[in-house]
Amino acid sequence: MSELLRCENLTKQYGKTAALNNISFTLESGKIVGLLGPNGSGKTTFIKILNGLLTPTSGAVYIEGERPGPSTKAKVAYLPDNVYLNAWMTVEQIVAYFADFYADFSTERAFEMLNRLGISPKQKLKALSKGNKEKVCLILVMSRQAKLYVLDEPIAGVDPAARDYVISTIINNYNPEASVLISTHLISDIEQVLDEVLFIRDGHLVLKKSVEDIRAEEGKSVDELFREVFKW
Amino acid sequence: MRNLDKNRPVCPQICELLCVDIVNGVYDAERRLPAVRELAAGWGVNPNTVQKALDTLEEQGLLHSVRGSGWYVREDISRAREVLQELRIEKIREFFAVMESLGLSPEETCEFVKEWYHE
Repeated sequence: MSELLRCENLTKQYGKTAALNNISFTLESGKIVGLLGPNGSGKTTFIKILNGLLTPTSGAVYIEGERPGPSTKAKVAYLPDNVYLNAWMTVEQIVAYFADFYADFSTERAFEMLNRLGISPKQKLKALSKGNKEKVCLILVMSRQAKLYVLDEPIAGVDPAARDYVISTIINNYNPEASVLISTHLISDIEQVLDEVLFIRDGHLVLKKSVEDIRAEEGKSVDELFREVFKW
Repeated sequence: MRNLDKNRPVCPQICELLCVDIVNGVYDAERRLPAVRELAAGWGVNPNTVQKALDTLEEQGLLHSVRGSGWYVREDISRAREVLQELRIEKIREFFAVMESLGLSPEETCEFVKEWYHE
């Protein structure tokens, strides 16, 4: 397993507030990693830096040795925490648009997943419910053959049955060359598929640990540990 | 999705499930296990964890892997029976320890279980 992601003393200031404070860690390929923290802890800021949407105040992040830019965007599949697609487009138009845009996109996979979740390709995006819009976004991301999948709150808005499907999609898409970084609050739904967790609080990395070690050493679930670490 | 205990490491739980399935002859027909990813998706767990469980069972002599083909159950399942027996004994020991802390010796616990079960 090789190093996929490296953070070195990553800091992001918004005025006087530090959204990220001196975060350093590395991530190998072939892992499913949970990025966990309460609201406002810096999860989305971190993810935006990874994708080159924000620049760090100091420190740096490297994806396979490169700073975020066009060549890392070609290998990072990013699911933002909001729907960003054009509402007037139909689902199949969006699929074609993505296929045009990303060399690693599989149209066949996209249609297969749409079919499984019962979303008609002919429908316009604005006619879809919030949950179905989120499913479309996730399908587009998971249809790529990326090196790193970065999913910001992928299951928050979808129903529990679809949640199971999303989780099994992540498992089925598993590939020893790629890693998946998932930020979420819904820890108990997802903890069984994780290899590792990163806990962040007020922009600090407070814990990076294998979930099997957490269960073995603490005798508790990740959800329980989270509630303990982040107790009010 | 079979129920796994979230407070315990997943890997040994997968080993237990597979061990029971092997002894029960679930994989008798082909002796070949489903792909790691399929097993993982079926249980809703991490593929790396399933891989680790399979490696453990190989070490214990229950499975063998064939490069490029997958995982196979060994013809002779006596080893699987032994491992399962050890797991059961371990659970009983744990149970005895709990009952001891609740004031029953192992002998008393056996009596108590028999009486309670027949009621």
